[in-house]
Amino acid sequence: MQQESILKLENIRKSFGDNIVLDGIDLDVKKGEFITLLGSSGCGKTTTLRIIGGLETADSGKVLLEGEDVSGLEPNKRDVNTVFQNYALFPHMNVEANVGYSMKIRKRKKSDIAEAVKKALAMVQLEGFENRMPNELSGGQRQRIAIARAIVNEPKVLLLDEPLGALDLQLRRQMQIELKRLQKSLGITFIYITHDQEEALNMSDRIAVMRNGVFEQIGTPAEIYDRPKTSYVAQFVGSANIVRGIAKSVGEVVSFSNADGSGQVLSRGADIKEEMPVTVAIRSEQIEITKRGESEVGFAAVVKEKSFAGGMLRIALTLSDGQEIIASRHGINVSWVPGDEVTVTWDADKAVLVDLEAEA
Amino acid sequence: MKKDKKPDMNRSYKWFVLPIYAFTFFFVLGPLIYMLILSFLMRDEVWGVTSTFTFKNYLDIFEPVYLSTFVESLKLALISTVLVAVIGYLFGYFMAKLSAKWKKIMMMLIMIPFWTSSLIRLYGWIIIFRANGTLDTILMSLGLTAEPLKLLYTYPAVVVGMIYALVPFMILSVYSSVEKMDWSLVEAARDLGASSMKAFWTVTFKLTLPGLLTGIILTFVPSMGLFFIADILGGNKVVLVGNLIQEQLMKVHNWPFAAALSVALLLIMTVMIFVYRKITKSKDLEATL
Repeated sequence: MQQESILKLENIRKSFGDNIVLDGIDLDVKKGEFITLLGSSGCGKTTTLRIIGGLETADSGKVLLEGEDVSGLEPNKRDVNTVFQNYALFPHMNVEANVGYSMKIRKRKKSDIAEAVKKALAMVQLEGFENRMPNELSGGQRQRIAIARAIVNEPKVLLLDEPLGALDLQLRRQMQIELKRLQKSLGITFIYITHDQEEALNMSDRIAVMRNGVFEQIGTPAEIYDRPKTSYVAQFVGSANIVRGIAKSVGEVVSFSNADGSGQVLSRGADIKEEMPVTVAIRSEQIEITKRGESEVGFAAVVKEKSFAGGMLRIALTLSDGQEIIASRHGINVSWVPGDEVTVTWDADKAVLVDLEAEA
Repeated sequence: MKKDKKPDMNRSYKWFVLPIYAFTFFFVLGPLIYMLILSFLMRDEVWGVTSTFTFKNYLDIFEPVYLSTFVESLKLALISTVLVAVIGYLFGYFMAKLSAKWKKIMMMLIMIPFWTSSLIRLYGWIIIFRANGTLDTILMSLGLTAEPLKLLYTYPAVVVGMIYALVPFMILSVYSSVEKMDWSLVEAARDLGASSMKAFWTVTFKLTLPGLLTGIILTFVPSMGLFFIADILGGNKVVLVGNLIQEQLMKVHNWPFAAALSVALLLIMTVMIFVYRKITKSKDLEATL
């Protein structure tokens, strides 16, 4: 999998007035990779994309495209195309003129343009739409035309800014599959923006989770989901519980106590010392609940409430030191009722120590 | 329930708009019809008209004397319109790109002159243009000219007067369509390989064309009829269709011919709006303001 790098970001910084949007980000994108910038709105992901495309200039740092510094180049001089969030189709041009725009600008032969447009439309499964105007198309069709327009010239890197954001759920799922297929068949590097973690996990080769203008973690979907490095990533991507405590015994397995010093639970080991504060991410479906006294390990807790949503029963629990966590179970047949005194525990392998850098 | 209620609402509103229809009918459509009828009648010896049907008034327009006035008017209208289009488009374009606060200020600066009579504003130009007037004083004190330019009562003075009177309409109609521009389209064009000039001509210009064309219509026809500008700034050297109409109506008392000339102007306007619709594929002129 060791492939050559196609795009590199080096210590990119950008602020608008007093507002620091990008606080020194580095990224190394491999050729043919599908990389997703995942984050909530305002985290700087769109700005990153605009800097790569040249629509925005970074305050400092470099953008390297195939090793060449393109930081100072205008957008039309970069072999990078963008699929805009609102599609930005030219309303005064028909589909053919829209898709063929980049080739016409480059003064390519008319017959070449027509052929390339036809091919691009076939790729997005909209053959024969050449003469339609953008306002005659549905949202999904506009989306496809926007993609066709951006790939017709076979750019080195395709930037996609929440391209599926405006589509309904069903169409979005379908387009996810199609985009992935398209990316594989074209072999073009995709840099994809979304705030939808499911979409990111589904489509990406790698995910870069962004927050407050920095990358919290860059890794494969499995790494991001199973081995989150920070509590933010654990919560944002895996909707995990965050439990804080104090390390008691360290080694391959770390045992730690509740913040009030009571109870003991386990986590897989990391480079920490005894009596250090630790933060653990544990997903709700992996929390086990037993009757108080039945288990030797675990934290004392009280069942606070139960709710049923999306085929899962959610049990909210309050730990003895006041922290709140959520456990979930499939099905509705769970005997615990609010007020029950219980012990919560989990498998050491399922719990991940996070925020190690922040606490070191 | 709701469906039952709606027609009632509409009906009651109809009564409210009735006076507006009546007003339009009597004071807009009525005079137009009156003018149209008048243009097909004969003038009486001294005053008024006789009820004889004739095409003579329209044929008279093609008399060399009058036709040359038309040609002169068209020429001046063309020159003024081109200059107004260039100045107004640039002004409107950059105004639409200002911050909200500056847009308001610019809008005020454009509107304030309208609070004064246009005639009085034209006298202002006399003060500027006349020999040893403001312009001469400035140019001579800067050493750019040695003696007065004698600009007043010349063709350029009339053109400047026209531009001054008409450029606000161009600015506002261009402004309103640039204001509506979706700038992500320009970014898309740039992203797809267009230089900023190319992006302007292929996207921005095309999409703001309705505003420019509206401005042209609002400039071109009036500039053939703004007789008082030609009178005040051009002396009697520049005679426009507007001057001709005024003269025929007020001095010669040939009402039918004045009416025919007005109808001819109206026809030119109609043709232009027709062309506008063909080009922009829209029914309405770009809303000004």
